[in-house]
Amino acid sequence: MKKITVTAIALSMAMAMTGCSGNSTETTAASEAETTAAETSAAETSAAETSAAETSAAEAGEVSVMTYEEYMAAELDSKVVIEASVQAKQSWWEDKATVYAQDEDGAYFLYNMACSEEDYEKLVPGATIQVTGYKTEWSGEVEIIDATFEFVDGEFIAEPFDATELLGKDELIDHQNQLATFKGLTVEPAGKDADGNDVAFLYNWDGSGSEGDDLYFNVSYNGQTYSFVVESYLCDASSDVYAAVKALEIGQTIDAEGFLYWYEGVNPHITSVTVAE
Amino acid sequence: MIRWKRLFPLFLGAACSVFLAGCHGSRETEAFQPPETFDETKTYEITFWAKNDTNKRQTDIYKKAIEDFQALYPNITVNLRLYTDYGKIYNDVITNISTGTTPNVCITYPDHIATYLTGDNVVVPLDALSEDPEFGLGGSRLKFDGPGKEDLIPEFLKECTVNGRTYAMPFMRSTEACYINKTYVEKLGYTLPETLTWDFIWEVSEAAAKKDENGVYKINGQKVMIPFIYKSTDNMMIQMLRQKGAGYSTPSGEIQLFNDTTRELLSSIAGHAGTGAFSTFKISSYPANFLNAGQCVFAIDSTAGATWMGAGAPLSDIAEDARVDFETEIMPIPQFDPEHPQMISQGPSVCIFNKEDPGEVMASWLFTQYLLTNQVQTAYARTEGYVPVTSMAQDSAEYQDYLSRAGEDDDDFYKIKIQASMLLLSNTGNTFVTPVFNGSASLRDAAGQLIESVTKSVRRKETVDDAYMDHLFDDVASLYHLDEVKAQTSGKTDLGPLPWTARVLVGGLILSWVLILLWAFRDILKKRTQNH
Repeated sequence: MKKITVTAIALSMAMAMTGCSGNSTETTAASEAETTAAETSAAETSAAETSAAETSAAEAGEVSVMTYEEYMAAELDSKVVIEASVQAKQSWWEDKATVYAQDEDGAYFLYNMACSEEDYEKLVPGATIQVTGYKTEWSGEVEIIDATFEFVDGEFIAEPFDATELLGKDELIDHQNQLATFKGLTVEPAGKDADGNDVAFLYNWDGSGSEGDDLYFNVSYNGQTYSFVVESYLCDASSDVYAAVKALEIGQTIDAEGFLYWYEGVNPHITSVTVAE
Repeated sequence: MIRWKRLFPLFLGAACSVFLAGCHGSRETEAFQPPETFDETKTYEITFWAKNDTNKRQTDIYKKAIEDFQALYPNITVNLRLYTDYGKIYNDVITNISTGTTPNVCITYPDHIATYLTGDNVVVPLDALSEDPEFGLGGSRLKFDGPGKEDLIPEFLKECTVNGRTYAMPFMRSTEACYINKTYVEKLGYTLPETLTWDFIWEVSEAAAKKDENGVYKINGQKVMIPFIYKSTDNMMIQMLRQKGAGYSTPSGEIQLFNDTTRELLSSIAGHAGTGAFSTFKISSYPANFLNAGQCVFAIDSTAGATWMGAGAPLSDIAEDARVDFETEIMPIPQFDPEHPQMISQGPSVCIFNKEDPGEVMASWLFTQYLLTNQVQTAYARTEGYVPVTSMAQDSAEYQDYLSRAGEDDDDFYKIKIQASMLLLSNTGNTFVTPVFNGSASLRDAAGQLIESVTKSVRRKETVDDAYMDHLFDDVASLYHLDEVKAQTSGKTDLGPLPWTARVLVGGLILSWVLILLWAFRDILKKRTQNH
């Protein structure tokens, strides 16, 4: 009896060990799968709910696709529907995309638009989308928020418009968010380093940042100095423009290209810098 | 200049999925056991993830602290990584927990620590380390004059307690304050009361929202006026509920946010947003930009943002020619019960992440304590409307001298900044913090989202009524997975069907025991038969 009991217990333990081992693997796999599923589900739910809430709100008043002129004339906080082509993507986080878009008449900044990661990959320059959201203004930047979108036929890549002569002029705001180019600018000191020497760029506006943060640099044209920024969500530390700005030297003449973003005044998000020969 | 760019979205999905799942997949580390001593012959390289308010003075202080610390402990190298956003630190820490690459020392919020703690032995409890007579707080073998435990402001230290254990040291503390254009208040025919009340703020704000027939605001002659603007609407809701004695959450994590008082508050806020008397940072912009341009009467923001607030503010994002002159007043946030003021306590704390080498953790602990020395505390507190977290620093001659010089200039001695610090110093006993649990960070976000949503909705001319509130509560609870937080803390979780190996195991065990019992029964029967 004892032998058999011991054998049975040993068998139980062996099976338990095997079971635990197998169970461990299975549980880990299952747990990971469940976690992944939960995360996916959470993301999908969040996007779907946001989308549903927005759709529901949008249903409150149907609006047909607007021209750029109609969009500009629309009141703040009103529902807007536009069609435009993607020019650049700034960021995607948790099913929200921030995008620069433009049509032949003007440009749009689409802030935190509901967007799956899969669709974000398809938001390539030129891709045309119909966007439904709300027009708003944040610190002078007119933009569309709480938006949803769908892909539509069409492709448009904007040619940068030369905004050099509009620097410092009120008319510049008429081109808000457009891809623009500035030519023949002179690099000015952006601040000082720890030793008190002038530097051509700063990490963050006051030098409080580090590699990977926004780069600020100053340029002058016709005796006036302007602050430009390489927005690190749009062009990160691995981008050509990030490297180009870090290589700038005070006094150099440069051409720059970027989007006419606004924050309490023009705050161009620079995407390309070329040092003149 | 640009103070901050708009921050990343709130990492909603990441945060939610983490608090639901915990920090699964984190590499397990043995629980930290303090070594008997600290080996100074061994070299250690530690990383410090620090948050600053996009303020070069603050980053310079971090750098100097590291330099001075390394001079005392040449065997320890501290690598600094700078952040300007708590949310980004939180997100990066979570990512690095799973790969076992957390920093050694990290600026954090207790809400975030609660999430980090879902991983095993990820964050080092500091109770035993603090008590160590040699290397603990005020320890005999420290190479600097660090604070003893009794020198830490008890309210601030208590905020770093999660589940009864101390998981962080407070680093700086702030609260919220109301920055006021007193000139406008008086121009409207009002006098600031001794204690601000919500009724007073709403009444004056409604008066300031009046326009003339051309759409120009009467109070400032401009096309723009947001009489009352709030930076952190999560704090707004939390403090209103607290002052009302209404529910928010229990310490164990039961969600109480969605209650009748919340509905009443949201209805009131919606009414004032509808008249244009109220808006928020997320919807409009930084309160300082409106206040300094004469486009706001009441701006509520952190005392840690005081250098940006007011007519003489040393820092400003708006053009010089857009700034207007006015008399600036700073007061505690409005109250429902002026006799019993209540305001939130906030500000950075420092936690230490566990590592395989206890010596590395000790090096982190030494550096953490160095951040509490007078030289670091007083220097950092002067950069904004912060207060030091030790009585040692608060009572120091240097800090007292600094406080006494409010208004000497509009830079280091900027009056509003120093008054902001004094506001907290004189109200430390009136501060509170919200319960910390796995999911409390999401609850905080949800509280703010309720205000943001109703404000947006009325601006869009949507109807905000009971049905809207029902829908909003459901949406927000679901979006932030708060229904699941409750289930997590008070209910049983359906873990789904057992995997096949588990089923085989259980079956095998049952079969074995049945065989054993049958055999035993057979034995008994056999013996009985033999006896007869």
